Amino acid sequence: MNTETANKTREVLSKTERITGSEAIIKCLIAEDVDILYGYPGGAIMPVYDELYKFRNKIHHVLTRHEQGAAHAAQGFARISGRVGVAMATSGPGATNLITGIADAQIDSTPLVCITGQVPSHLLGTDAFQETDIIGISTPVTKWNHQVTKASEIPEVLAKAFYIAKSGRPGPVLIDITKDAQFGELDFKYEKCTGVRSYIPTPKTNLESVKAAAKLINAAKKPMIVWGQGVILGEAEEQLKAVIEKTGIPAAWTIMGASAIPTSHPLNIGMVGMHGNYAPNKLTNECDVLIAIGMRFDDRVTGSLDTYAKQAKVIHFEIDPAEVNKNVYADVAVLGNSKDSLTELLPLLNENSHGAWHQEFKDLYAIEFEKVIKDDLHPTKEGLTMGEVLKEINVQSKGDAAIVSDVGQHQMIACRYSEFNKTKSNITSGGLGTMGFALPAAIGAKMAAPEREVVAIIGDGGYQMNIQELGTIFQQKVPVKIVVLNNEFLGMVRQWQQLFFDKRYASTEMTNPDFVTIAKGYHIDGKRVTKREELADAIKEMMASKESYFLEVCVEKEDNVFPMIPSGASVSDIRLS
Amino acid sequence: MNEEIKSFTISIYTENNIGLLNRISAIFQRRHINIESLTTSQSEIEGVNRFVIVVNITEAQAQKIIGQFQKQIEVIRAYYHTEEETIFQESGMFKIKSDLLFNEPQIQNIIKESNARIVTVNKEFFVLEKSGRRNEIESLRRDLNIFGIMQFVRSGRISVTKEEMKITEMLLAFNNQ
Repeated sequence: MNTETANKTREVLSKTERITGSEAIIKCLIAEDVDILYGYPGGAIMPVYDELYKFRNKIHHVLTRHEQGAAHAAQGFARISGRVGVAMATSGPGATNLITGIADAQIDSTPLVCITGQVPSHLLGTDAFQETDIIGISTPVTKWNHQVTKASEIPEVLAKAFYIAKSGRPGPVLIDITKDAQFGELDFKYEKCTGVRSYIPTPKTNLESVKAAAKLINAAKKPMIVWGQGVILGEAEEQLKAVIEKTGIPAAWTIMGASAIPTSHPLNIGMVGMHGNYAPNKLTNECDVLIAIGMRFDDRVTGSLDTYAKQAKVIHFEIDPAEVNKNVYADVAVLGNSKDSLTELLPLLNENSHGAWHQEFKDLYAIEFEKVIKDDLHPTKEGLTMGEVLKEINVQSKGDAAIVSDVGQHQMIACRYSEFNKTKSNITSGGLGTMGFALPAAIGAKMAAPEREVVAIIGDGGYQMNIQELGTIFQQKVPVKIVVLNNEFLGMVRQWQQLFFDKRYASTEMTNPDFVTIAKGYHIDGKRVTKREELADAIKEMMASKESYFLEVCVEKEDNVFPMIPSGASVSDIRLS
Repeated sequence: MNEEIKSFTISIYTENNIGLLNRISAIFQRRHINIESLTTSQSEIEGVNRFVIVVNITEAQAQKIIGQFQKQIEVIRAYYHTEEETIFQESGMFKIKSDLLFNEPQIQNIIKESNARIVTVNKEFFVLEKSGRRNEIESLRRDLNIFGIMQFVRSGRISVTKEEMKITEMLLAFNNQ
C-alpha cells in the first residue's frame, strides 16, 4: 500500500460511526485485511453471523463441518501465507472444539485470531445453556486471550488481538465476546495496534553477541547449522542461504523448518530428530560449533539432553528469550528476529568451504541410502512403500507443491522425502502432533494460496479424525489433492508396539471403509491404487485434475520408518533398522 | 550450583486484568511446582499490580519460569530473589476468648513479649495481630495454642527488594517510543 492510500484508509477508519458490536467485529476484520475466515455458527455468535451475511461480498466465511476443522483450516491459511488465520465459533462446545487447533497453533507459533461467542454477561457463571469458561480453558494454550462484555471494547481488543497474534513469536489469540456486547452499540473507530506497554515482541539484536557468534563460527573446524521455523516466520530464508553459501556450513532443519532452503541445495544436509537423516543426527555429536537458528531444541530433535552436542559450543539465534537455555545451554545467545540477526552476522563471517567436514556427511548419507532410502524410494518387494508415493509426487509436481501432512509414519516419510523448491511448503503439525490436522489445514492452505498445488498426505487413521471436512471441500469447491496412504494400521503406534512392546498390537489395527466411495459421496473424484504399475498414472491423473481429487494408495501394512532415535536415546544412537 | 532447592521470592509486575492470576498459576501448575504463598496487590505504580510468590525450587528452575512469566503479554516484568536479597514479612491474626485475658494472666505477658498488637476487644473475644517472620508468628501461635485459639490465619509473604525496581522507567520508555 502506498502512503497516500494508507493515509486515506486511516482517515476512513478513524471516522466515528454508531454501530452494533457485531457490525464492529466485521469492520475490525475488514480493517485487518481479513477476507476469509473459517467457522461454525451457533446461538451465542448469531448476531455476528447476521452481519457476516450482510458483508458477504467483502468477507468470505467458510462453513467447516466441525469447529476443530475451522481452527486447523485457519492454521493452514496462516502457515502458507504468513497472514493471521481467523476462526469463529459459538460458545460452549463450539469454543471447546477449537481448543485442539489453538493448542497446535500455540506450540507451532502460528498466528491465529479465534473469536468465540459467549452467553450474555448477566448469565456468566450461572451454568447457562452452552456456557463454558473458555477463557479459563484456553489460557494455557493461547498467547493472549480476553473476554469482551461491552460493545465499546471491541475495536481496541480486536486490534490488540491481531497485533499480538502476528508480532514477535506469533501465536493464537482468543477473544470471547458476550452476546450482549454483540447486540450493544458503540461509537466505532478503528485504529490498528502498534504496541502494548507490557509486551516486547522482538528483542533488539545485540551486536556484541553477534560478534561473539561470528568469532566462534569463523574459528570452527566442524560447524553445523540447525534451523527451525523461526527462519520462515522471520522471513530470513535469503539471509540464511547467504550465510551458508558464504561459510560452506552444512545446514540441517527441524520438521518445522523444512522448505526454508530448497531440498536440492547442496548445503542442505537434511532433517534432524527422531526420524531425521542419519548424518545430521550422528554429526550433531561430532560438530565443534552448533548454530541453532529459530528452533527450540524440542525433545524429538535432541533425544537425550545429557548426551546432546556436549562437545560443541552452542550458538542460539532466537526471538523468544524464554527458549534460551531452556533445554540446551547456549554459549552465545543472539536474541532477536532471525532476519535482523543473520543480516548483522553475514558481513562478519569468513568465506570457507569445509570440504573434509562435508565429506563426513556424504559418507553417512551413503550408508543411510544403502540401508534405508534405497528400499523406501526404489523398493524391490511387492508391497508399495510410502516413500515411492512421495517420490512420484515430487517428480510430477517438480517440487513446487505445498505438502500438508498429518501425524504419524506418513508424516515422517513426507517430511523426509518431499522435495521443496519454495519456502512455506511444508505444513504439518509439528509440536502437538495432532492427528486430523491435514485435511482441514489443506483447505486453508489452498484458499490462501490458490495459485499453488496443495497436496495433503494423510494416514488412514488421521484422515478419519476430520473426514467430515470433505463436505467443506465439496461445498467450497477447494481443489486440494488428497492422498491417503492406507496401511490399515495406526502405523507409528504399531511400529512402537513392534519395536518396544513385543508386537502386542493393542488397538492399532483399522478396519477401514471404502474411502473412494466416501469421497464420491461428496462428489470428489477418486481412485484406489494397490499396484506399483498403477501409481504413476494415478498421480498424474490427480495432478492434472482441476478439481479436488482423492487418491488412496494401499501401502505395505507393516513397514517401519527408519532411521529412528528411540525415545530418550542419544542422537548418536540413531538406528538404521 | 543450580540444583539446590531453595526458597525463592518471585515478584511479578503486571497489568491489572481479570484472568492474569489464572495464567500465572498455570505456569506453576504445569511444571508441578507447589506455591508456598501468594500475595497480590497494587504496586508502587498506579494501575500496576504486583504478585509476590514464594516457591521452593532450584535456581535453574527459577530462571526458566521467570522467562515464562515475562513471555505473558500482560506481565511487565518478573524477577526472582533469594531471602537475603529481600526484606520480607508475614502477618498473622488470632481470635481468642476474652475470658482468657483475665483468667490466664500469662497471656498478657505473651502479648507484650511478642510485640503483637490487639486489634479489637469485646466481651466474647479479642483479636491479636502479629507481623514478622514466619518463625515469630509460629512461635506466638504455639504459645497461645496452649490456652486455645478460636481462629488463626496467616497471610502470604509480602516483600520488597533491596535492589531498585526500574518499572516506572520501563513504562516511561514505552510511552516515549
